[in-house]
Amino acid sequence: MVQYSPARLDASFAALSDATRRGVLEQLGRAEASITDLAGKFHMTLTGMKKHVGILEQAGLVTTEKVGRVRTCKLGPRRLDHETAWIERHHRLWDSRFAELDKVVEELKQKEMIDGRKNRE
Amino acid sequence: MDARTESEPTAMKNPTTVERKSERELVITRTFNAPPRIVFEAWTKAELFKRWWVPKSAPITLLSCEMDVRVGGGYRLVFDAGGGKTMAFFGRYTEVTPPSRLVWTNDEGGEDGAVTTVTFEEKGGKTLIVLHDLHPSKAALDAALGSYDAMGETLDQLDEVLATLGASGAPKN
Repeated sequence: MVQYSPARLDASFAALSDATRRGVLEQLGRAEASITDLAGKFHMTLTGMKKHVGILEQAGLVTTEKVGRVRTCKLGPRRLDHETAWIERHHRLWDSRFAELDKVVEELKQKEMIDGRKNRE
Repeated sequence: MDARTESEPTAMKNPTTVERKSERELVITRTFNAPPRIVFEAWTKAELFKRWWVPKSAPITLLSCEMDVRVGGGYRLVFDAGGGKTMAFFGRYTEVTPPSRLVWTNDEGGEDGAVTTVTFEEKGGKTLIVLHDLHPSKAALDAALGSYDAMGETLDQLDEVLATLGASGAPKN
């Protein structure tokens, strides 16, 4: 069955946390574009756009191909499919619960240690 | 002065794994840096349990938490659901074996609710938690999460955005 892959999802969420990158995805959903096109559309330097595209590419949301001197970008194969999103929701719930539980457990541990020391005295 | 260094509370967080074992089963695992008796205590004392069960990101507030942790005993969590409404989650403990096993029913949706089993396994001074949720049907597990889920909406929106992107020109694969 489906196994959760934290690294991959983290990359996707990080990639999607930026308005420019979401805009780039929207743009590429309509048509392929070169980095130069994208930089122009988003009023950005080539270097800046390359960084954004690199992040999207690492997350699997965009693929690029260099033909001659032009690097063309299009949407990647990756989608947050329904099952992955469902697992991710459960993961977030439990991970945040357990982060709080860590604190409670740590407190109990400290308390037990102090009580233990007192009892030995 | 006590020269010993105790493990830092801020030490690296242990990973949580979530796996859908089958259409009706969800399994969650996590290790805690304390022996089972301590972790078990945090799951079975209401004043401790209510400090961690509701994530800070959840859009609901816990109003009360009652737990009678013994076989046949009940629990009841009441939430402020906003707009003057409250919502309750409740059920019964069907197995209580300190500090290694806890089983409870989830009855808020009627008789035919999920059954949650939590085992606390000692692993070299630490505790491995395995939480197993068995739902009556695939649909019930699909729908599980309910009001705890603040991220859900965001993810649904994201899903929609991505689906739209996919529909508007990208090759289907």
